[in-house]
Amino acid sequence: MVILFDHVTKVYASQQRPALDDVSLEVEKGEFVFLVGPSGSGKSTFLRLVLREERPTKGSVWVLGKDLSRLSNWKIPALRRQVGTVFQDFRLLPNKTVFENIAFALEVIGKPSGHIKKVVPEVLEVVGLEGKEGRRPDELSGGEQQRVAIARAFVNRPMLLIADEPTGNLDPGTSIGIMKLLDRINKLGTTVVMSTHDSQIVDQMRRRVIELDSGHVVRDQSRGVYGYAR
Amino acid sequence: MRATFVASEVGTGLRRNLTMTIAVIITVAVSLALFGASLLVRAQVSTMKDFWYDKVEVSIFLCSKGSDTPSCAGGAVTAAQRDQIKTDLESLRPLVQEIFYESKADAYARFKEQFKNSPIVSNVSEDALPESFRVKLSDPTKYDVVASAFAGRPGIEQVNDQRQILDKFFRLLGGLQLIALLIALVMLVVTVLLIVNTMRVAAFSRRRETSIMRLVGASNFYIQLPFLLEAALAAGLGAVLAIVGLVAMKSILIDQVLAPSFQFTAFVGWDAVLAIAPIMLVTGVLLAGLAAFFTLRKYLRV
Repeated sequence: MVILFDHVTKVYASQQRPALDDVSLEVEKGEFVFLVGPSGSGKSTFLRLVLREERPTKGSVWVLGKDLSRLSNWKIPALRRQVGTVFQDFRLLPNKTVFENIAFALEVIGKPSGHIKKVVPEVLEVVGLEGKEGRRPDELSGGEQQRVAIARAFVNRPMLLIADEPTGNLDPGTSIGIMKLLDRINKLGTTVVMSTHDSQIVDQMRRRVIELDSGHVVRDQSRGVYGYAR
Repeated sequence: MRATFVASEVGTGLRRNLTMTIAVIITVAVSLALFGASLLVRAQVSTMKDFWYDKVEVSIFLCSKGSDTPSCAGGAVTAAQRDQIKTDLESLRPLVQEIFYESKADAYARFKEQFKNSPIVSNVSEDALPESFRVKLSDPTKYDVVASAFAGRPGIEQVNDQRQILDKFFRLLGGLQLIALLIALVMLVVTVLLIVNTMRVAAFSRRRETSIMRLVGASNFYIQLPFLLEAALAAGLGAVLAIVGLVAMKSILIDQVLAPSFQFTAFVGWDAVLAIAPIMLVTGVLLAGLAAFFTLRKYLRV
């Protein structure tokens, strides 16, 4: 499996109530999972635990066959190379072009320039941004910027893609385009875990839905909708 | 590892943080110049010690007619006493390297030569100057052996060690060197604090880049390397400036100003400068590198 939470509890030092309370779940290879729930329900904590930005207070988190609580610090970069990440705020470098933004992600993990020149156009085609490699982020629409971010996350063909409210800043029409892209990436073999508040999208896609509330899993449906179906 | 990529990152970082970089270069230059100067003073003291200790002698002044020290109660030294002293000195070889007898006439000649421009010469007669043995020791620090053997013996007025006078002078120079070194250390602490702060600002101004680097799985080393190289490069530039200052100190202050005015003594050579320069460079780069490394560990955490 790709993700395994085994009785995971996370308590932040500044809070008394746990952000996640005894959560156990599995995500299999090739799944597309929506993570829904109100703000403060533990979605972000869940994703941060998967990325090993936080460690669980109790229980263990396994990602891509590795027990993250026993993973030494210097091995974290190797893990993150196999996990793509996309955020609501895109996180692009404003002074670099589309091509350079994606190339940057490859340069900093030491890929040779020949490899970069080959794979960046390929991934730009996957996300539908052919011909825009010379633009800067501020010359692109929000949807296009998010496509660049997805291209950057996907360029290493990761086993797992984490998307933290990727459509949160986009209008409904653009959001549908992004969802189609994530669906396409999922069909290429990458497991996708996406947190969202967008009920329309969840209802349309009919994929697995995990609902969190106050740190508990209150629903885990294999072809779920956003809410009211409990 | 992509060398060109790292190099371009370093260049961007230095340009973006230009004022801080200049501040680092200047403080490194000033503190290292002081540090180098204090090392140069130390080399100068040791050069002078070599030069002077080689020349110092122990003087054994013999009693003349008017001497009023107790050991001279018997009046002027007799020929037998003088011979005995000479034999005893001979027996102290090899500590005693050379023995030179200076008669009243020799002493007067030397006195006239030393004070030839002074009216004092006409007031001093040959008889007022004592005859003496000038003794050169193989180890000038063992003055006590000679002093205890001869001081207070009948016929000997006084045993004098020139080294004691020199030591006072060297202690003064040593004190100056210590002050320079202390100021240099304070300046180096200031430099370290400045580098720590510069690195903090640099890490903050590039947090977007570094957070993306972390996200896509760049290693810590790769994330920190541009920062470390920037700190090392700025410190290296500062060290080079400090070395230029040291070379100027040697070629202008020492060779053109001090050496012509004080010809009686030796000054440090270029070999000392050559030995000190790499110490300055290594100190600067290492200090900056370590300061940056520990700052980044805190501010660029995985």
